[in-house]
Amino acid sequence: MRNPIAEKARVIRPSGIRKFFDIVSEMDDVVSLGVGEPDFDTPWAVRDEGIYTLERGKTFYTSNAGLKELREEICKYLKRRFELEYDPIHETLVTVGGSEAIDLAFRAMLNPGDEVLIPEPCYVSYVPCAELADGVPVIINLKEENQFRLTKQELLDAITDKTKILVLPFPNNPTGAVMERKDLEEIAQVVREKDIFVVSDEIYAELTFTGENHVSIASLPGMKERTILISGFSKSHAMTGWRLGYCCGPAEIIHEMTKIHQFAIMCAPTNSQYAAVTALRDCDGEVAKMREAYNQRRRYLMHAFKEMGLPCFEPFGAFYVFPCIKEFGMTSEEFASRLLEEERVAVVPGDAFGACGEGYVRISYAYSLEALKRALDRLGDFVGRLRR
Amino acid sequence: MNMREQILTFLEKNSKIDLKELAILLGSSEEVIANEVQKMEEEHIICGYHTLIDWDKTSVDKTTALIEVRVTPQRGQGFDNIAERIYNYPEVQSVYLISGAYDLLVILEGKTLKEVASFVSDKLSTLDTVISTATHFILKKYKDDGIIFTKKTEDERMLVTL
Repeated sequence: MRNPIAEKARVIRPSGIRKFFDIVSEMDDVVSLGVGEPDFDTPWAVRDEGIYTLERGKTFYTSNAGLKELREEICKYLKRRFELEYDPIHETLVTVGGSEAIDLAFRAMLNPGDEVLIPEPCYVSYVPCAELADGVPVIINLKEENQFRLTKQELLDAITDKTKILVLPFPNNPTGAVMERKDLEEIAQVVREKDIFVVSDEIYAELTFTGENHVSIASLPGMKERTILISGFSKSHAMTGWRLGYCCGPAEIIHEMTKIHQFAIMCAPTNSQYAAVTALRDCDGEVAKMREAYNQRRRYLMHAFKEMGLPCFEPFGAFYVFPCIKEFGMTSEEFASRLLEEERVAVVPGDAFGACGEGYVRISYAYSLEALKRALDRLGDFVGRLRR
Repeated sequence: MNMREQILTFLEKNSKIDLKELAILLGSSEEVIANEVQKMEEEHIICGYHTLIDWDKTSVDKTTALIEVRVTPQRGQGFDNIAERIYNYPEVQSVYLISGAYDLLVILEGKTLKEVASFVSDKLSTLDTVISTATHFILKKYKDDGIIFTKKTEDERMLVTL
């Protein structure tokens, strides 16, 4: 028989820590700090709307780009929260989670050999999605000394004639790093001068703790026309399982993305779209409450690490902290495996998010305070034992 | 929200929390928090610390009733006097002045149905100003003070996701 597998699929590297995941999922009584989704239930008003629209039989396809009503709410929301102005008809596309939008953006924008700058540590899908779209991922290794922000110099050093897209994944999973207005202004200047585009993954935009609102690079002068903004409802509205995201950008790019989306997906789940209208209309208060709860836990974790003497830069976004474990002289995976084995606490090794995440672990605080306390007690015991 | 409101929002849901811990969560110092709490106790903003109990899970028998009371307001006193006559009974949990079809809502807790009934007939309806009462017995508490009694608390998420 002929080989049924495409070379392009075969060469995609599976996540290096698959083995670790398999071990975790087989174990009982694990206290996990390894989850990348909110612990909150989807706000009841949103679930109620989902139920109600099912009852009324609203179960047909929507237009490819998504319910007009939802696209209008998305644009109003982006204006209200982040001073962004988008046209709901030509510049907005509703997708199956933010992840689909990442895939679509690369497929719509990359020609074979085009380089995609990907700052790591970061979420795991940019590299394979860029490769599948015939792009060439170029990794920028972010540094803790810069609080894992992307600097102008790092960007300049990575740009070549072939560079087409810069991925900007902030607030960041796994580091919790944010890019503030002044950081973004420097990046934007380079982007404009070098004539490249930005795919800005702002799925954690609602979760920043600097005291200032999140700033989107698309809101800076001359940047809207060269930015695809990606966001969604998973993190902000605790709606991971609804699989609903969106992207906004220049009409000509959104047009191409919508074409691919049309043939691959048809449209995002109708039920989720109706529910999301309610999420944007009625749930700003719920979002703020969740943000405050995350912030309290973040402070609690930072305090606990300080007591343990575990070095960790203070993250101001998402719901992760990224402490450094280099002092123990093991790899991130060894650390995570032993922590799991000896204390039944699951964290994610930092190198799962890129080679430069080695020496760190990702700890999620999408957990109740009680769960965090239990896990931190065990982590404290573990660290104490390693030091003895 | 200012610091006081943040403290109250937290204490309303968890009055048991250690003040040192609360200080960490709110990014403040233990002294500041303790000071504010004490002041709010003195100012009767914080009126007490209670525990929410699902008595149905114990062997203690309790019967709770909501009683709608229509009264004649008194000259110069309004409803305050009659409310006081009612809330001084220790078995009365809460008394609210209500807009709408009746005047006072009285929440009463007794051991048995009979005990509640006799309170209504002997004590409440015999007050001069009470015109009528309607008693509703609570059959099951689903949610009280914002807490759902029947809720499952399992974490249904996968243990690790990127």
